[in-house]
Amino acid sequence: MQFPEELKYTKDHEWIRLDGDMAVVGITDHAQNELGDIVYVDVTTVGESLSMNDVFGSVEAVKTVSDLFLPVTGEILELNPVLDGAPETVNNDPYGAGWMIRMQLSDPSELDGLMSAEEYKQFIGA
Amino acid sequence: MKTIPLHDLHVQLGAKMVPFAGFVMPVRYTSDLDEHHAVRNSVGVFDVSHMGEFVLRGPQALDLIQKVSANDASVLYDGKVQYSYLPNADGGVVDDLLVYRHHADEYMLVVNASNIEKDWDWIMSHNTEGVEMENISDQMCLFAVQGPKAIATLQKLTEIDVAAMEYYTFQTGSLGGIEGVILSATGYTGAGGFEVYVEKEKAQVIWEAIFEAGAEFGIKPIGLGARDTLRLEKGFCLYGNDISDTTSPLEAGLGWVTKFTKPFINSDALKVQKEQGIARKLVGFEMIDRGIPRSHYELCDAGGNVIGEVTSGTQSPTLQKGIGMGYVQKEYSQPGAELFVKVRERLLKAQVIKLPFVK
Repeated sequence: MQFPEELKYTKDHEWIRLDGDMAVVGITDHAQNELGDIVYVDVTTVGESLSMNDVFGSVEAVKTVSDLFLPVTGEILELNPVLDGAPETVNNDPYGAGWMIRMQLSDPSELDGLMSAEEYKQFIGA
Repeated sequence: MKTIPLHDLHVQLGAKMVPFAGFVMPVRYTSDLDEHHAVRNSVGVFDVSHMGEFVLRGPQALDLIQKVSANDASVLYDGKVQYSYLPNADGGVVDDLLVYRHHADEYMLVVNASNIEKDWDWIMSHNTEGVEMENISDQMCLFAVQGPKAIATLQKLTEIDVAAMEYYTFQTGSLGGIEGVILSATGYTGAGGFEVYVEKEKAQVIWEAIFEAGAEFGIKPIGLGARDTLRLEKGFCLYGNDISDTTSPLEAGLGWVTKFTKPFINSDALKVQKEQGIARKLVGFEMIDRGIPRSHYELCDAGGNVIGEVTSGTQSPTLQKGIGMGYVQKEYSQPGAELFVKVRERLLKAQVIKLPFVK
């Protein structure tokens, strides 16, 4: 199980990587492992501005469906186009090619409230 | 929460263990999809030892079975298996089950894990015939060896002519050097194959023998995740999802195992229901719009009016699209009928199709 140091983590098992005043969001290695084979990433909020912890989409695995929560407030800019034809990319590379959305942050200071890699690792008992 | 006898072996094999029907069960070993395809294309083994087995003995065993089950067990012969269900007195279903005839005065009933106690109490409460009943659920393991290479796998382990066994028959014999194993040409995947009943003390020996025999076919252990997608592709009902204490067996499409040629519990009321016609029906549907139906999602007409509810749904690994089953008002039950699945407040188009989804 991987926990990249440069990411921030949420209790809902999303990660966020800051890139200037923009950020990339995905789900953690732990999350994809719990879900099993991911067959559909359903995001219909591109172009919308949402608040921290709002649902921005859903991730559908073979057995189950799970809401996706926005780690911080901002505008959804883009859904990873790779996921349309290859949703399994989330299983194979959750922190890399399997990223889910790009977003514009409203208030970067919200990141301070999220977990570090070490804190998330403890949170899930890994 | 109970554990199955080979629990530790599954953990060693890397299974993710989850609670299911009161047992800790392997839900997947590697990937639901890989496991699904292994069964459709080659061979896989499910440990479904959570299932319950009751043995009924005595000259009136058949009378009791005829009373509590809706199918006609009098047509069974030694070595024959029958799919049936236990109707309750209120129009619903206590459980669905398999009935095995060992001899004219000895039968085995195989029931769902979640219903073992309920079924036992129910049958016992109707046992005015003094039939000897034994619950052997905790003594037995059940392995489902399923897929097109199941015959070739099992044939290496037994003198029984496996390929010659007809669907829904069984034989008791030697398998992998273990005597008294029940080899049953049944399953819940529609992929062909067998179910193997063995005493728990001998179970690991049999499991290992099956995996050695199937190695050349890439045999895999298969979890409950793939079991669900496999059965759903074939349109098989799952108790607790598609049928329950409150669903009519006739609405569920179990008319084919409802035989009014003999009296059984609630048969009079079910006969009236059959004559009067049913108001809603369990149907299969596939998604036209992109989306995945899940149990309890609403089924709607084009205007968004609720016309039913999804009872089972998934993304079909074989068809690569959303499939589901659900109850709908009768006028929406014909193949080709358009309906809409409400997925996260969106109405996604689907179409009723004739089951199975995968031929």
